[in-house]
Parts: sequence; structure tokens; C-alpha cells
Amino acid sequence: MNFELTEEQIALRDTARKFAKEVIAPVAAKYDRTGEFPMDVISKGFELGLMNLCVPAEYGGLGLSKVDQTLVVEELAAGCVGIATSMGANDLALLPILIGGSHEQKERFVRPFTEKLRFASFCLTEPGAGSDAAGLSTTAVRDGDHYVLNGSKMWITNGGVADQYTVFATVDKAKGHKGITCFVVEGRPEGLGIGAPEDKLGQRASNTVALTFENVRVPVENRIGEEGDGWRIAMATLDFSRPMTAMFAVGVGRAAMEHAIAYAKERKQFGQPIANFQAIQFMLADMATELHAARLLTLEAAWLVDQGKKSTLQSSYAKRFAADTAMKVCTDAVQIFGGYGYSKEYPVEKLFRDAKLIQIYEGTSQVQRLVIARELLK
Amino acid sequence: MGRIAFGATEENVKILCGVKRVEDPDQKIKVNSDGSWIVLDGINYKPNPYDEIAVEEALRIKEAQGQGEVVVVSIGTEESVTEMRHAMAMGADRGILVKTADRVDSDAAARILAKIVERENPDLVILGRQAVDSDQAQTAQLLAEYLGWGQATFAAKFESLESDEEKAKKPGLQVADGKVRVIREIDGGLEVVDVQLPAVVSTELRLNLPRYASLPGIMKAKKKPVEELTPADLGVDTAPKVKVRKLSSPPERKAGIIVPDVATLVEKLRNEAKVI
Repeated sequence: MNFELTEEQIALRDTARKFAKEVIAPVAAKYDRTGEFPMDVISKGFELGLMNLCVPAEYGGLGLSKVDQTLVVEELAAGCVGIATSMGANDLALLPILIGGSHEQKERFVRPFTEKLRFASFCLTEPGAGSDAAGLSTTAVRDGDHYVLNGSKMWITNGGVADQYTVFATVDKAKGHKGITCFVVEGRPEGLGIGAPEDKLGQRASNTVALTFENVRVPVENRIGEEGDGWRIAMATLDFSRPMTAMFAVGVGRAAMEHAIAYAKERKQFGQPIANFQAIQFMLADMATELHAARLLTLEAAWLVDQGKKSTLQSSYAKRFAADTAMKVCTDAVQIFGGYGYSKEYPVEKLFRDAKLIQIYEGTSQVQRLVIARELLK
Repeated sequence: MGRIAFGATEENVKILCGVKRVEDPDQKIKVNSDGSWIVLDGINYKPNPYDEIAVEEALRIKEAQGQGEVVVVSIGTEESVTEMRHAMAMGADRGILVKTADRVDSDAAARILAKIVERENPDLVILGRQAVDSDQAQTAQLLAEYLGWGQATFAAKFESLESDEEKAKKPGLQVADGKVRVIREIDGGLEVVDVQLPAVVSTELRLNLPRYASLPGIMKAKKKPVEELTPADLGVDTAPKVKVRKLSSPPERKAGIIVPDVATLVEKLRNEAKVI
């Protein structure tokens, strides 16, 4: 057992931390207010190599371990988890190609993202298929050397700015999850409709849209894996990406805790800083303990991925616990700020709204419990 | 010493920069109980911020010149390699660690650097004006003296750090025709000097905004070479000429007071503070 970070890991984390502090955090409130896409921040992040973290060196990426990636992501999320979500969306969309694609497909659909700033979206969820993702009903019908896609997708991160979409559709609904197939849709093909950005409670800097597919033609060579491989590819993708989402939670929770500590030392009631009161101290102590527990769970899940071992259980532990912890920490941070915590003038109100989404996206806390129970009872 | 004088079109500029591992100034520093040093437990370290500016400037000169080499030197324990890796992640080409566990004073540091300069023959040495740990601000001047080179201290730039020139990452030091033109920050203004190369320059804060160590830069830095030497290898005796006798914390600031009205404020400023 060795909990020590390498010199290089510290350097990666420090660059991400500096970027979060100097570039992301100062504009986080602005983008939360306007809901505009933070292209300036994201371009700078891309220049520094803070995007497409999952891409291996052979396809132009940095070849970072999953542990390295989570260390970077915690810092970005501590700056603004909405911006971190938009910066991390490419990873979620490129992972299926890295998991199930051929060498040629990785060259075509992954490498260009490392060369210039481009966006990709992962398209699994549908209006009628959220937690029951296997119940998706977007269809893909073979027509010569093309497939024809019809259906709609919901809550698609960066869908409004994406240059490429990783779409899951069924070639035969009767086959259930065995009919699900993964496709890469490039650019803005005829028949692809992009909805207006959703007006969300939190993580408002990330672009989230609905997509419609009306007879969208996709060449056969854009199919990732075989027909019916899509479900396995999607699940493997989520196993890999859950540690990242868990670290989003740790980052947003840590930001809330840091604000709460600073405020508790400054805010005076009954003639002294409220940090002197045990009621506040205990909240802070629980925040620190639980955030660290969430971080360690996440690092273990990431480490398992790096070892090539099955990480389903630990990834779900981490995602569930970290998301719920972030929500609790942000709630307590608002409590410590009192009335000021409920005001948009102070930062924790935003964090409270941002944290909520992490209990929902990429598998709700309930779905994580389901996955965990299934593993326990099998 | 030094090599060819080079102009704007000549190539292969070689620049040596110092990178010192210092206590991060953004943390609470406490003096230990006998006042002999600071409490080192739990202290974070970082590269001296003035040295980061020196490295940034060296990289910009190299980039403007088209080619060349930036070599970073650190004097200290093995752990100083971390700070040199940071400079190499920014873009420096290689490092030299002069390994010693002793506290090295400014004079010994200058004598060590002089020996490194003899071995490396750089065209230009750029050092931070001071290290933020002990704030001596002597090494650059001593080094120039030992080498018999010209020097320009406290290099800054005309333009502000928010200007387009800065955003375009243009170097503030103009290297051409065997000279370096340096804008020096002096009391109440700026002074422009031309110094014959090879030369020693020390950097002021208002010279540039150092770049981030990018993730690809960090990955490349781990493969860059670091040569290890000792003061003995260089024939330098590091026995300090200056010994720190005692450290003490500044006196605690007294809490401020809130005055009830402007009249009281004026009265206190006049009669107690005696500033008006």
C-alpha cells in the first residue's frame, strides 16, 4: 500500500489547481448567472492539456492513468463543476470509441480531439429511458452501406457545440439490450435537430440539450464494434467514467468546505468567530472526514481501472458516496453561512445547486445502490 | 568566457537560470522555539516566483530566437529536483542539481553558479532578483562580480502585464548584436541599459507573467536530463560567511478600533496617530 502521490502527479494536480483558482473560479459565478458556454475558459484549458484526459499516448493523448485523471478532475471541479463537466464531456464520448473501436476508428474519431479544440457528446439517455437506459428506443436500420437513425436523446452535455456524437441506438428493440449498438455521428448531418440549451438548476455553465434524429444516415464504418455490442460498451464506459464523476463531487464539496471554513473564521456572533462554536466545528469536521473518505473510495476505483481489474462495485461505491457527500457538505455549508448562504451574493448557494446534479447524472444514487446490491447478491 | 556574441538572426542562444526551492509564502510561517530557524513541519514548497519569471523570460528569448537552450540550476537537496522539473515542464531543456544539505548563503551560491557558468559557457544568466525565503537579493550581483561580467538588475518591461505585448508572450529583454537591452525598474521610473554579452540579469516581478506547466509539458519534463554535482565537485567551500543568529516574528498587529463619527476620526488622526 502506498498513498503517496508521485512528483509528476503532484505537478499535474498543481497545474489543474492553479488553473481552477486563476482561470475558472473568477468567472464561475458569471457563467452560472448567464448560462453561456464558457468557451474562453475551455480553450485555455485545452491549450494546457486539461481536456481529453482519457486518450492514450498512441492516439495523441497524454497516456495518463485513471488515478492521474481523477486528481486533475477534482481540482477543475473545485473551480466550477459545471465547467469541469463540459471539459470532461469529451472523455465520456471518446471512451466508447477507445473501448470498442478499431485502430482505424480511433485514428479517425479520437486523435483529432488532441490536435485542436473539438467537442464530442455521449448520447445514451432518452426522454423515456433514463435509469432504464437499456429501454432506449432510438432505432438504427441498415440501408445498404449506411444505417438510418431515428429517435431522440435527452440531457446531452455539450450537444449544442459538439463536432461529433457517440450515439447508442437499437437495431432490434425486441432483442432488448442485446440490440443496442454504438455509432459515431459526425458534424451536423441532415436530420439532426439540436434543442435549445436547458435552463438548469445548477451546473449552468455546461451546455445541455435535447437532440432529435430524423432519418440521419450514418456510414457503416462509423459503427463501433458489432451490432449488439453497444450495451457492453456503454456499461464499460460508465465503469471507467464513474470515478471521474465521483471526483466532480469531491471537488465541489471541497470548494464548499473551504468557503465554510473561511467564513466560520470571519463571521462573528455572540462576540466571537462562529468557528469557536462546537456546532460549527462538528459540521466542518464531518465535511473534511467524509470528503476524504469519498476521495479515497474514488482513488481505489480509479486504481482498479488502472490495474485492469473489475471496478464496477468500487466505482458505484465511489459515485454514490461522493455524490451524496457533496450534497450534504454543500447543504451544511449553506447552513454555516446562514441567511448569507441562501443569497446569490455568496458562493455556496451555487455549489448547493451544482452538487444536486451529481446525485442524478451518470447513474443516480439509487441506480448506484442497485448496482452495488446486485453485485452483493449475485 | 561566454561564447559568440549573437544577434537577432544568429542562433543557439544558451541561457542559464537559477531555480530555488523555497517555502511557499502563502502559508503561515512560524519561528521555532529557540529562534534558530522556522518550523519546517508541514511546510509546502514551490519554485521561487522570481525564478519562474527568469525561466519564462529565458524561454521567450529562445522562442523569439528560434532555437537555443535553457538550462536550469538548483542548489539544495535532492528535493529541489521537483522545482527544476517545474521549470522543465514550462519548457527548460535540462537541469543541473548542485546537491547539498547545507544552508548555502548568497556568496556561496554565487561562487557555485560561477563554476557552473565556467562549465556551461552560457550567453546569458537570468536569475530572480531575490529568493522569497530569505530576501537577500545578492546572488546575481555577486555572480556578475565573480565572473567579471556586466549586469542589469531588476529587469522589468515598459508595457503593463495586461498589455497585448505581454499577451503575445514577447520577451522584455532584447537580445541583439552581442548586447542585451534591459528595462530596469528604478525609484520613480524606468531606466534602459544595454549590457554587453555575456551578462547577468536579475528579474523584477513586472517583467512577465510566467506560463503554466502544461500537462504535456509535465509529461515531457520527466524525461529531461538532470545532472547531479556537489559543491566539492566544483571545488567550492560552502562554509557560510553570513550566519543567521536569530529569527523572530514581527510584532502582532493590534486590533483596529471603530470610531463613532468623523469628528472622532479626525481628532484621533490628529492627536493620536499624528498623521494630519
